[in-house]
Amino acid sequence: MKNKSQALILLCWIVALASTLGSLFFSEVMRFPPCVLCWYQRITMYPLVLIFLVGGFQAAKTTFAFSFPLVISGWVIALYHNLLHYKIVPESASPCLEGVSCSTVYINWFGFLTIPMLSFIAFSILVVLLILLRKDIKSEK
Amino acid sequence: MKNKLVIYIAVGLALVLAFVGATYMYQSSQKAKLDFLATEKSELFVRDHSPRYGNETAKVILTEFLDPECESCRAFYPVVKSFLNEFEGQIQLVVRYAPFHQNSKIAIKALEAARMQGKYWEALELLFYHQPKWGSHHDPKPELIFEYLPQLGLDMDQLKKDMEVQKIQDIIEQDQKDLRALSVRATPTFFVNGRPLEEFSVDALHRLIKDEVSKFYK
Repeated sequence: MKNKSQALILLCWIVALASTLGSLFFSEVMRFPPCVLCWYQRITMYPLVLIFLVGGFQAAKTTFAFSFPLVISGWVIALYHNLLHYKIVPESASPCLEGVSCSTVYINWFGFLTIPMLSFIAFSILVVLLILLRKDIKSEK
Repeated sequence: MKNKLVIYIAVGLALVLAFVGATYMYQSSQKAKLDFLATEKSELFVRDHSPRYGNETAKVILTEFLDPECESCRAFYPVVKSFLNEFEGQIQLVVRYAPFHQNSKIAIKALEAARMQGKYWEALELLFYHQPKWGSHHDPKPELIFEYLPQLGLDMDQLKKDMEVQKIQDIIEQDQKDLRALSVRATPTFFVNGRPLEEFSVDALHRLIKDEVSKFYK
């Protein structure tokens, strides 16, 4: 890697790809039905795989501009999902009217790693990486 | 530039391979678990309370987890019926419930109440036949169930009373416990003598039944 920006974008891509494959593993292999909020988070995560892949070969500024809105949207939904999960926000205030409940707990690794928590961690890492990317872009000017 | 491309390809391949490997491991562990359950916990597949169709002494047990409100179960119904005819005397169908839809439980209760009046299979067939109307996902009308059932000559007052008995509630709860133990997450899910389908298709079901039949009948 020539410079820091490119390394950061590669890391972002790895996080997005791992999250995408991970979520597909839960739904397609383990057959956990994704709830509505999971779908909204997927909508913002899946395109990031392609954005960061193509972005790895474009100007870092462009990649940041395209990816940041998606990452922030996903992060907000993931935050909300976790508040719901930990009953900080009541379920009745959630958009899950029928089908799968957004507060059903499917996995709980080490006592705290649930699927929404994994999503929140992934989006948080992306937010941090993109902030670092932004700083790097500015410092290069 | 070239170096970067190599890094991206390598990382991508590694992650995809990890995904494939994890899938393979998960599936073989699931299979091992089911094999164990089929031999050690056969009651998960057949409960005394379950409706059965076919020869009582048949050696091949076809367990179907179904939902009267599920479209695929409706589509599979004639298929299952034809298999039961094809292997008559050698196979027995055991119906288990997987209430995955909004009004599944109402339909199941009505079926079980019809069973008390000896009209279970007729009622199941009737509900499947009319399913697009009462079980429409956009505009479900579960109340229609009680307009169809009288044509079977059922005592409807008795049926409505029977629907609320604890025994039916217990059946639904036990079936739900068992389907969780067996990781059933879709309907219909079939097991033939405890063996799951390798892929979800009519042919795969036929193959599995034939395989089990040939083990016991020459």
